[in-house]
Amino acid sequence: MTSAREEILARVTSALGTDRQPPADLPQRARVTWDAGRTVDQFVETTADYRAIVERTVVNSLPQHIAAALAGASAASVIRPAGLDPSWLTGFPGTVLTDDHHTAYDLDSIDAVITAAAVGIAATGTVVLDHGPDQGRRAISLVPDVHVCVIRADQVVPDVPEATAALREAINERRPLTWISGPSATSDIELDRVEGVHGPRTLHVIIVDQDG
Amino acid sequence: MPKFPSMARDGLANTQQRRNLQHATHTIRSKRATVVDEVPDWEELRVRGAAVKDQVLAHLDDYLVQLEASLTASGATVHWARDADEANRIVRDLVQAKEVDELVKVKSMATQEIELNEALEEVGISAWETDLAELIVQLGHDRPSHILVPAIHRNRSEIRDIFREEMGAVGTPAPDGLTDEPTDLAEAARRHLREKFLRAKVAVSGANFAVADTGTLVVLESEGNGRMCLTLPETLISVVGIEKVVPTWEDLDVFMQLLPRSSTGERMNPYTSMWTGTTEGDGPQEVHVVLLDNGRTSVLADEVGRQALRCIRCSACLNVCPVYERAGGHAYGSVYPGPIGAILTPQLRGTSSPLDQSLPYASSLCGACFDVCPVRIQIPELLVHLRTQVVDEHRGGRPSAEGVAMRTASWMFADHRRYEKAQRASTMSSKLLGERTTLGRLPWPASSWSGARDAPAPPRETFRQWWVRTHGSESR
Amino acid sequence: MTASSAVAVQRVALFATCFNDTMFPEAPKATVRLLERLGISVEFPLEQTCCGQMFTNTGYADEAIPLVRSFVKTFGPYDAIVAPSGSCVGSVREQYASLATRAGDAGLSRDVDQLAPRVYELSEFLVNVLGRTDVGAYFPHRTTYHPTCHSLRMLRVGDRPQQLLSAVRGITLVDLPQAAECCGFGGTFAMKNADVSVAMGSDKVRHVRETQAEVLVAGDNSCLAHIGGLLGRQRAGVRTLHLAEVLASTEEDPA
Repeated sequence: MTSAREEILARVTSALGTDRQPPADLPQRARVTWDAGRTVDQFVETTADYRAIVERTVVNSLPQHIAAALAGASAASVIRPAGLDPSWLTGFPGTVLTDDHHTAYDLDSIDAVITAAAVGIAATGTVVLDHGPDQGRRAISLVPDVHVCVIRADQVVPDVPEATAALREAINERRPLTWISGPSATSDIELDRVEGVHGPRTLHVIIVDQDG
Repeated sequence: MPKFPSMARDGLANTQQRRNLQHATHTIRSKRATVVDEVPDWEELRVRGAAVKDQVLAHLDDYLVQLEASLTASGATVHWARDADEANRIVRDLVQAKEVDELVKVKSMATQEIELNEALEEVGISAWETDLAELIVQLGHDRPSHILVPAIHRNRSEIRDIFREEMGAVGTPAPDGLTDEPTDLAEAARRHLREKFLRAKVAVSGANFAVADTGTLVVLESEGNGRMCLTLPETLISVVGIEKVVPTWEDLDVFMQLLPRSSTGERMNPYTSMWTGTTEGDGPQEVHVVLLDNGRTSVLADEVGRQALRCIRCSACLNVCPVYERAGGHAYGSVYPGPIGAILTPQLRGTSSPLDQSLPYASSLCGACFDVCPVRIQIPELLVHLRTQVVDEHRGGRPSAEGVAMRTASWMFADHRRYEKAQRASTMSSKLLGERTTLGRLPWPASSWSGARDAPAPPRETFRQWWVRTHGSESR
Repeated sequence: MTASSAVAVQRVALFATCFNDTMFPEAPKATVRLLERLGISVEFPLEQTCCGQMFTNTGYADEAIPLVRSFVKTFGPYDAIVAPSGSCVGSVREQYASLATRAGDAGLSRDVDQLAPRVYELSEFLVNVLGRTDVGAYFPHRTTYHPTCHSLRMLRVGDRPQQLLSAVRGITLVDLPQAAECCGFGGTFAMKNADVSVAMGSDKVRHVRETQAEVLVAGDNSCLAHIGGLLGRQRAGVRTLHLAEVLASTEEDPA
């Protein structure tokens, strides 16, 4: 008896016939150079378009902005990835937990999460997490209802092709990726968009410019 | 199942559904147009998307072997399924080995196609749909009618009623005084599903893309239910059609641009999850991938029809289709409705049933679908191609009335003298009609025209008679 | 501008189409009057019958092939072939090649490839070949235009018909809402899926009536027969005319 694998591959091979061309070089979009300032401006605009709260600050003021963001979302507790700079939360008066094998039920009782990011995409208003040490495992940025995401201005790229290029290394390391564009949403009811379904209902993106 | 025209009659008569569909398709179609117009190189992206898919299909065996190796190296277990039964058996055995009686599901066309939920139910396993629309369909004991928004045929009040009546029987009931505001309905779904997400041990998903060179699977979604299923359970089983492969990570960018804009009319969908096998300390530690054929290799064997396998399930063709908009998704008798369904279903299932023979005819060939297809599937051409196949399959058998009429007409048209003779009969009948310019109701088969439309009375003089009278019988 | 100053077209043939020839002769007649008025000496080869589209689109490819052969033979000698029908021209230009391939006749494929680009829908011929948008027509009526699917999405005639109509003296041209939506005719679709076809047509008719136009114009009499049949059954008081009839209309010889 042939295995399913052998049979399916044989079906494919016979469907494709004998005169097969070798794979062609697929057209690739030309790499672009971009104006960093304009790209970040566009990122602010497109991220806000998707009902995320978005603001810009400089490194020195980051702790105040994070504290204000959490206060604005009425968060009394926040979870942080172990690799995130602890000084970021020095302005926050509430409970700070460092991720340590919390169960999904534990996470469900925590108000907010703070993460860094890997890449931002200006054309689409997207932040991408590669779940490195300063972003933590996937569950922590999913279950709490408020996600504060800090991204450096130099991590923002113009469009998807530049983003996939920047993420190649993370993929080679077999890291999971999460692409986030605004808070969770649905258009399933009469195709009217509603924000806030299962994922965080509040996404607060803070863009950090390096101090001059 | 009856043929498309009689199923469409039910859809046409359902006034509430007509209203819902008209509103929804027009909303999404204009959203799509807006975000597509933003992209200066959209046409170039479409061409690239089609080229990548064609490349995959032309070397599918090689890419599948490469995908399998990448998946295995990343800690996933790969299974192969020739058909629906085999895929269902694989999933069922994996779930039963975990000794659970429930699982959560990410919206997946492939699992609908193989009727996985029903197969699991037979052995006492509840498969909870977690996408809002799929939940509406599941709670309403209904069938999906759209690829992207399966409950598109329902409006807010109908959804509220379903939630009120059905949620309590399978979990957290709908809150008292639930209104039909979409925000309230979404909130009710969140509360209902949260307990299921938190306790789930096993999840089942499909995948939008599977990257051969890295073993990465990709799921695009909006609500976060996908992330819940892909992240919280210990075991993840993904059922993936073999045509979902893309060659390299770099080839993914074109689809991440084409799909969200074509599908939901957004620059980007809220959440996309990408995972490469298992990750220590993060997400499911047991990852299975079931590679599904179920008719795809038969589609591949038809060099013309093969294009249908480029489909990335965006549903843009449904949203612009005038036939789908009026007949509704259920008329297509398949999980793939609309224009893509009319070409994909008869190819996956073959054209032996009356329904599947009628699907390629479920189109006026208006061409709106091709214009919006992000991977440039020539749907109108494929519809004609499949109609030809349906007719060819009946050649040599007992001739149908239509076949006889067509052959006779072709013979008549093949020589202008025979054609002119037939024309004389029509002008004769016109003279008998006197001054009338239109005809009323006509007997069958012309009644299918004249039931709702006046038929024009033939003229007393054909064009060529006029030409000969005014310009002479030479062509000049 | 005269015809010869645009493109030198030696011999022009009219392809009337079987449907127009038999049922709607006014459109090809108007085409002849219009082209003659523009100084084009048009010929009508009597061997022509039908392009075969009905057979092709219903799945009867074998039955269409003899018609491809006779079309190629009939029109081969001409520099340009003009037809007052977007869908029949679409069939020749877009479907003949695959029918010739099916016939397995390399000579026929060659002939089709050479002939197809010389086959024009009326508005294409007027604007692209003759370089004319003002054809000297007079038509003092409130008019709306329905772009038929095959002219719009198969031939991509764009706004050429509207350019021609806009230049007509006396005309009041009103935009048709949801203009690009199919009217539901679709050839044998109108019979095989009569219910859906009529549902689509009903919406088209509703939009036509919203414009309060007294005349609906299109470039395909097949679609117009369907829309006009619905308008007629409703006694809507809207006339349907082929684009050629409006463009041929003058003060002396009104449509």
